Amino acid sequence: MTSSETLLQVRNLKKYYPIRGGVFGRKIGEVKAVDDVSFAVKKGETLGIVGESGCGKSTTGRSILRLEEPTAGEVEFEGADLTKLSGEEMRRMRRELQMVFQDPFASLNPRQTAGSIIEEPLIVHGLGDAKERKEKVKELLSVVGLDSYHAGRYPHQFSGGQRQRIGIARALAVNPKLIVADEPVSALDVSIQSQVLNLLEDLQETYDLTYLFIAHDLSVVRHISDRVGVMYLGRMVELADRDELYEHPIHPYTRALLSAVPVPDPDAKRERIILTGDVPSPTNSPKGCAFHTRCPHVMDICREKRPEFKDQGSGHFAACHLTEA
Amino acid sequence: MCGGIAVRNAAVFSPCPDASVLFDPVLDKETVLNGKAGEIVIAYAIRRVLMLIPVLIGMSIITFSIVHAIPGSPAQAILGDRANPEAVKQLNESMGLNDPLYVQYFRYLGNVLQGDLGTSYKTGRPILDEIGPYLAATVELAVMAMIIAVFFGVNLGILSAWRQNSAIDYTSMVIALIGVSMPIFWLGLLEQWVFAQELGWLPSNGRIDPRMTFESITHFYFIDALIQGDFYALQDAFNHIWLPAIALGTIPMAIIARMTRSSMLEVMRSDYIRTARAKGVGEVLIVYKHALKNAFIPILTVFGLQMGLLLGGAVLTETIFSWPGIGRYLYDAIVSRDYPVIQSGILVIATIFVLINLIVDLLYAYVDPRIQYGKE
Repeated sequence: MTSSETLLQVRNLKKYYPIRGGVFGRKIGEVKAVDDVSFAVKKGETLGIVGESGCGKSTTGRSILRLEEPTAGEVEFEGADLTKLSGEEMRRMRRELQMVFQDPFASLNPRQTAGSIIEEPLIVHGLGDAKERKEKVKELLSVVGLDSYHAGRYPHQFSGGQRQRIGIARALAVNPKLIVADEPVSALDVSIQSQVLNLLEDLQETYDLTYLFIAHDLSVVRHISDRVGVMYLGRMVELADRDELYEHPIHPYTRALLSAVPVPDPDAKRERIILTGDVPSPTNSPKGCAFHTRCPHVMDICREKRPEFKDQGSGHFAACHLTEA
Repeated sequence: MCGGIAVRNAAVFSPCPDASVLFDPVLDKETVLNGKAGEIVIAYAIRRVLMLIPVLIGMSIITFSIVHAIPGSPAQAILGDRANPEAVKQLNESMGLNDPLYVQYFRYLGNVLQGDLGTSYKTGRPILDEIGPYLAATVELAVMAMIIAVFFGVNLGILSAWRQNSAIDYTSMVIALIGVSMPIFWLGLLEQWVFAQELGWLPSNGRIDPRMTFESITHFYFIDALIQGDFYALQDAFNHIWLPAIALGTIPMAIIARMTRSSMLEVMRSDYIRTARAKGVGEVLIVYKHALKNAFIPILTVFGLQMGLLLGGAVLTETIFSWPGIGRYLYDAIVSRDYPVIQSGILVIATIFVLINLIVDLLYAYVDPRIQYGKE
């Protein structure tokens, strides 16, 4: 399924939020939510992005789709730099890139019926006439496992899992090439999570979709992803094929993160790497490597120089000075 | 107090792992198809109307007591200051004003229940016949004022919210602030001075040019002019209504603008607005279709209260612009101690006020499908 063709190339993406204060609202600082992130998504693959809350993974997803305007960087999608498109060009481009949101309760307009939520992208992109659109809505509902009479209902009449299915049907409506799924299952009960994950996998096969899958749940990401990227404090620290990353993590943060995954076996021997301290504030991120304040293997260079995010062999990227030592 | 408006929880959580095949127990397909949802609303409306009865009875007792507590007697007012005290006493007696208050009240209530609002002391005509034209004049003015208030208020609020903290936002909110703080009588006089006297664009008072031969059928001049095909009269009625409607609509306009702004700001930040953007919906459609509809409940509430107030008659505006509305009618009645007119006039206004608020309550369900009626 996965080809080597690149669908989305993100280069040096930055998103800084200004902090304003004082009487005249001067800029007194900035939150570096996404700080120089680069990666590529290949056609047909699922790239998972993991990281703890506040590490900038959702902001990365939204900046790529320009739901948040990126501060700097390039987002190349099929040869076009999305960050350079005008508002109207970007609006039309949204046909190719859709998003599934985290919160199925807040992300559906309570005033719209499920049918109209799913139909709207077809209308705004001028796809099909009224009859064709109704057919398409019916088809999409059945594809995501709902019934066609559900079209007339409002979001509050559905359960969380059903709502997320509506969100997925809505994203699929315009036959996009890329779907950015921002924690699509984290708001759902565990029993519903696996159904939605399986649905996403089935849809990928049927519609030849490419996913950028953002999550904080390591086992969910492992289940669904072909490659996995790890983010820490607005930066990408490691990116590799799924099995490579889970079996042979390079970056100390990735290792600590993976050691925290619960193993469903009480007798299993595990070595937990317990990190000390807290994640530094993104308003005042540390000089050098962002992780040096908590890294068990910290060296002098880590405090001074930001490590380069580079290929450590066969597509395993990491940003760590240890690899050079 | 007013029956159950129950906002149902955001979601119906399902105990069954595959929730997609479950029926919603509250509003499933059958209920909707059989039109039971409509019946529920009608039953709720009827219950609410029945609950208006004690409200109106209470209202009438309060008005009745206040009216009779006002010093001065109607007989004195009718006969004049220098009337013979004997004649005043006799007139009081014949009008039944010497009976105990509760006797007078129940006599009044009995008449009202039979559809008799009483007879004006001043004109000697039944109030039911008399009040119609005044009411029509007030309704016409209030509706026009409200159209102006809603159009400018909502759009000003949207503009502010859309470009929060911009020059547009600050300008709109300063306009709104001036609007709420402006005394109506002063604004009215200013309008007359600028537009009637100095510029001479619009007439300064009245509903229509008195020199015009215009026959009123419904007492709503706009409707009359339309059904008679008299477009000259229609134009003239429009010219006359602009100034009082703007004066009357300014405060509601400002209140609606501020309410729209805060409500829109909240909605524009919500996740489903981001969803709409991600779909590729254009900015105008996002604002008017997605956001405004969701921001509309508080706006509707303000609208209902303000509409009720305007329909209660705007004494100041009606006096300044010589508008023969219900406010003027009541004011004159109070001056001449016309007890029946005061009582019945206030009763009519109160009824309209509560009915408008009932309509607004029913509209909530239309605006927000999550609101259901008739559940405790």
